[in-house]
Amino acid sequence: MAILGLDEKEYFARGHRACAGCGESLALRLLMKVAGPNTVVCHCTGCMEVVSTPYPETAWEVPWVHSAFENNSAVASGVERALKVLGKEDTKVLVLGGDGGTYDIGLQCLSGAFERGHNITYICTDNEAYMNTGIQRSGATPYGASTTTSPSGKVSVGKAEKKKDLMHILAAHHSPYLATASVGYHTDFLRKVKTALETKGPTFINVMVPCVPGWKIEPEATIKIAKLGVETGATPLYEIIDGKHKLNMPQDPSKLKPIEEYLKLQGRFRHLFKPEPKTADIARIQTEVRENVEKIKAMADKGC
Amino acid sequence: MTVDLGRKKVGGVELTTGCVLPSDGSTQRTKTGGWRAMKPVTDHAKCTACGICWVYCPDASRFKDKDGKFDFVADFCKGCGICADVCPVKCIKMVVEEK
Amino acid sequence: MKEVMEASHAVAEAVKAIEPDVIAAYPITPQTHIVERLSDFVADGEIKSEYIRVESEFAAISACLGASATGVRSYTSTSSQGLALMHEVLYITSGMRLPVCMSEVNRSLSAPINIWNDHQDSISERDTGWIQLYVETAQEAYDMTVMQFKISEDKRVLLPSMVCMDGFTLSHVYEPVDILSKEQVNSFLPKYKPVHAILDPKEPLTQGPIGFPTHYMEFRKELCDVIDNSLNVIGEVMADYSKKFPVTIKDSRPERYFHTEEYMMADADVVLVAMGSVCGTIKEVIDQLRAKGVKAGLFKIITYRPFPKEIIKKKLAGYKKVAIIEKALSPGFGGPLYGEIATALYDASSRPQLRNFIVGLGGRDVKLEHIEKIINMTLKGEGKLEEWMF
Repeated sequence: MAILGLDEKEYFARGHRACAGCGESLALRLLMKVAGPNTVVCHCTGCMEVVSTPYPETAWEVPWVHSAFENNSAVASGVERALKVLGKEDTKVLVLGGDGGTYDIGLQCLSGAFERGHNITYICTDNEAYMNTGIQRSGATPYGASTTTSPSGKVSVGKAEKKKDLMHILAAHHSPYLATASVGYHTDFLRKVKTALETKGPTFINVMVPCVPGWKIEPEATIKIAKLGVETGATPLYEIIDGKHKLNMPQDPSKLKPIEEYLKLQGRFRHLFKPEPKTADIARIQTEVRENVEKIKAMADKGC
Repeated sequence: MTVDLGRKKVGGVELTTGCVLPSDGSTQRTKTGGWRAMKPVTDHAKCTACGICWVYCPDASRFKDKDGKFDFVADFCKGCGICADVCPVKCIKMVVEEK
Repeated sequence: MKEVMEASHAVAEAVKAIEPDVIAAYPITPQTHIVERLSDFVADGEIKSEYIRVESEFAAISACLGASATGVRSYTSTSSQGLALMHEVLYITSGMRLPVCMSEVNRSLSAPINIWNDHQDSISERDTGWIQLYVETAQEAYDMTVMQFKISEDKRVLLPSMVCMDGFTLSHVYEPVDILSKEQVNSFLPKYKPVHAILDPKEPLTQGPIGFPTHYMEFRKELCDVIDNSLNVIGEVMADYSKKFPVTIKDSRPERYFHTEEYMMADADVVLVAMGSVCGTIKEVIDQLRAKGVKAGLFKIITYRPFPKEIIKKKLAGYKKVAIIEKALSPGFGGPLYGEIATALYDASSRPQLRNFIVGLGGRDVKLEHIEKIINMTLKGEGKLEEWMF
């Protein structure tokens, strides 16, 4: 049975303990419909692992293993080889983690697994901070965002560093397929999930998933804000296919929606507007966002 | 089942070997519908049965009823309001739930 | 088949015969010889194990966990800093009851960095819920490696295990070893069949959920009960192995493997307690001193975790003077083995005088003179309760 082309069956069941309006749980629910039952999930510690497996209950309907925070890629390496021994090479190995477990503490194991070329698909559900532990900054937190370990203050703009460019770190590992995605554009996201799963070798998707308490947004605004992230260019959608860039959206860096439209809706950027607008910081964010999209477009246009 | 989960009771607590569980979606034993303060009310006359609300519900709490229109799963809906936001014809309204 | 070989190569031969489905390999002195020998076997097609060249020991143990969780046999080897790096995952592996098998080639812990032998690395992991077996000779290293798989995979156990052997002083030493044939090993160790943990879409399981305060404590009690009861299984496997594969090289191993080994203990005036290859040195000194009329004996501990409390209490209670010799320490406390033996003897009807001697840290040579001095000091009651034998 299908609705809008998606399997009606839920492989990530209801009753999980995610917050109302959680973008990450939606991303998992949808990608599992594409992955299907012939999948083994290797998950790292984080919101999703905790809310989906409260012993004695589990939301999962597929084989699933979690051990530590930083080793989902290493565990997946062992799982992938073990499945080969068992003659089950057609079973997909899906590695899941948040940005904390992927960009920071999990980077070593991720790098090792990609260098060895295991046939795995890593999907990072990126909400730009360590949310499960109460909203601390990660390497994926964007410039100017306020978190509990990078709070805005009298002498602080929030996070002072730029977001780590994990896509290009993994591109340097010669992965055949890498893509950014957004839970706000589900058809694009799920097309990429299907491609990543079907491509042999280590593939990666970074899917942007707004977090209600972490981004300080209304629960019903999750999808709207995810879409604005793309439309403003803050979180552009692009692919790197066999080393070559392809820009999906937004197509024209000169016609981006103003970044304020995206920032204004999120409490984590509130300090950029109240008590008075920090125009220099907003301008800096706008410039960096535009230049990033321009850079990706230039590479795509040049065929590299 | 080929595996032996080693179910036993220790001090009145149900254990399995190594905390292993069958992947059977058992979180459905917990009715998260009790969490919500607002509930989505769908105007079935306006609903075009496009399915977008069903896609975007993080809790898989939309269902297609016998008339082909969509409505909410009372046992699990957390009342986030995403369905009302994404509905292309705006036929869903979030109303305060009277208990 | 008898051959003179390096102890690390003997271990590699045992692993070769067992042919684990997944081997995770990362180098660290002084265990590297094991993984290098195994990689040669793989390169020549002598074993079909999946050999993962991981990027750290942390990844090594994680990959073994993943493979074991999937339902296959996995193995790795490490030492010192590598074992320390695995620390977090060691607890997780035992908590998940995955029978991962590991060779632990004992080396000291930094700082200062030191590549030579002592027991600080494995002793520091005694709380991880892993079975720990300590060996004295290359033959014991070979035999215990075969046995550890049978012990770990027993459905009454389902716990990971490490066979600890001294780095350089055993791992790099050539000794005669009797290697079993693959058929003999297969007759002893059945084909692996996972009991509770698989990752199979046909029978999907969730492994590694969160355990709330309502459940966690009972899970840990269960783990403790299991590792305590594993003493029986270890004893069974040791007896079975000893019967099926008797000693063929004199003095290479005990006649009948057991959790402990007694050497000239019966009429001893002083008993030395120790683990690992230093026992060979101790036996040599005992022989020399016996010839001079000094009655010393050795109580060697092989099974360290689970700690054979009742056996130790029973065997040591009757003696007047016991010297515990160890290559480990718990800074701020003293010798860990000493502390545990003292605890085991606490409620014995008669308690020996206990002395604690710290020896051989960071590869400091433990000489015959050191052991002789220990025996004399203990007999004469000289020195402090805790002495460091530099």
